[in-house]
Amino acid sequence: MNFSQLLDFSPLQHDFPTIMKAFWGTIRLALVAGVGSLFLGTVLASMRVSPTPVLRAAGAFYVYTFRNTPLTLVLLFCSLGLSDTLKFHISEDPGTNGFWLAAIGMTIYTASFVCESLRAGINTVPLGQAEAARSIGLTFGQSLRLVVLPQAFRAVIAPLGSVYIAMIKNTTVALAAGYFEASAQMKQMFDTYGGTIPIFVGFAVGFMVLTLPTGFFFGWLSKRLAVAR
Amino acid sequence: MTATNTKAAPARRRTKSKPSVLFDAPGPRARLRNNILTLVAAVILLLVVYVIAARMQHEHQFSSKLWKPFTIKDVWTKQIIPGLGGTLKAAAVAAVFSLVFGMVFGLGRLSEHRWIRIPAGAIVEFFRAIPLLIMIFFALAGPPAIMDAFGRVLPPVSAFLALVIGLTLYNGSVLAEIFRSGINSIPRGQSEAGYSVGLRRSGVMLRILVPQAITAMMPAVVSQLVVLLKDTALGYIIAYNDLLNAGLRVVSGNFGNIIPSAIVIALIYIIINIALGFVATWLEKRSRRSRKSTARTLTGGTGTPPAVGMDSAIPI
Repeated sequence: MNFSQLLDFSPLQHDFPTIMKAFWGTIRLALVAGVGSLFLGTVLASMRVSPTPVLRAAGAFYVYTFRNTPLTLVLLFCSLGLSDTLKFHISEDPGTNGFWLAAIGMTIYTASFVCESLRAGINTVPLGQAEAARSIGLTFGQSLRLVVLPQAFRAVIAPLGSVYIAMIKNTTVALAAGYFEASAQMKQMFDTYGGTIPIFVGFAVGFMVLTLPTGFFFGWLSKRLAVAR
Repeated sequence: MTATNTKAAPARRRTKSKPSVLFDAPGPRARLRNNILTLVAAVILLLVVYVIAARMQHEHQFSSKLWKPFTIKDVWTKQIIPGLGGTLKAAAVAAVFSLVFGMVFGLGRLSEHRWIRIPAGAIVEFFRAIPLLIMIFFALAGPPAIMDAFGRVLPPVSAFLALVIGLTLYNGSVLAEIFRSGINSIPRGQSEAGYSVGLRRSGVMLRILVPQAITAMMPAVVSQLVVLLKDTALGYIIAYNDLLNAGLRVVSGNFGNIIPSAIVIALIYIIINIALGFVATWLEKRSRRSRKSTARTLTGGTGTPPAVGMDSAIPI
């Protein structure tokens, strides 16, 4: 019997600087992918509601493709396919290159979810709003930019928050693409110290520190910005 | 695209199914502009396709040597199909367990006893807040290490079991939340009516609320099963022999065709998931039509139910 082993938190203390570096890797990836997917997702959502059939079809194709492909496959495609086979390199430094490839993969995948959230949000904007916008002579672009999207964005803050929380958790998959972040560090510590509960709890708490405040922030924001109807 | 074609399409679209709220049936100038836009968009998209194709051509990704393996029968019967079997097996087992887990913890969170409600809520929120992958790692490495502390030796946990445990805990927690919101979406009059005819709490739950909630939450459940099926691909990371592993390690290991394999494997995933998605949409339509349940239909929407801190009433 060796119960002290069950509650031995010393590996966490011992490797604390590396753990912090690993979590910084997670945060960095989540931030870049978050900004990237918001941009790409908005473009895709605009494409999917546009009056141009070609753009609508292309947007739908994108969303159906990437929503239904596992993230692991997308990230592996980025690292093994895009980088190793197609020789698509962003930086000469392997670390930086790995980061950007993981960020591209995360962005491509998450954008499809952001797009669908936004589209759902556009559908919550009452018909009368768009009709009013058109009746005062606004064009498609203007009515989207000035009337519909501002309301849609406010309606989708909560669903978007859920997408982002899922995205923060999904950054762990970037380990498959060889990017060093928190789950890779946990795996390494499991290999060194064995799969003990304290290490698991430590990393679980680390992730909860990232996901729970994000959830509360988006919840607060969605209530604060809710469109009064 | 011919001019007559574009002229007719928007008018038809407005009368068919859901009209687009964003643009009117276009007049002559708008039609011209739309046609120009269509042309420009088509050119840009073709350019994107061309750039990708040119890059692939440059690295000889279209050579028949790389695509040929997919015409060989043995590649399918000995490598891809067993991999697909591994994926479906893990998904099916995890789906059954997570439905049970979700049912138990969803009901637990609705319990009127605080000592059931709070632990059930804590467990559900804990597993929803942490990444699935670290659960799988812990399921793989945890039990032997814990038993070691008790002086026992446990055989290593298989990749299949670790994957199923991880998937069950995560998706079970999400399903618990779907289940809870399904029950909560039933008007209060239903349970009041139940109490007034003399049913107890358990009777109201099992005879009145649960049957109606199940109809209402089926679309959301099926959507979550799509997520579960996609997440089985994490098995690749722990070397479980699933579809992704079959495609990217086995097939491409034998033939050195990583990109063709990735495309074929992705297609298989997409086809399965779109089929499941259609089932969800069909169930949703059926549930909306049905008068058997008073609950609001929970759509699959964009996936997971709202995370902690958010209102469950998403306007989707």
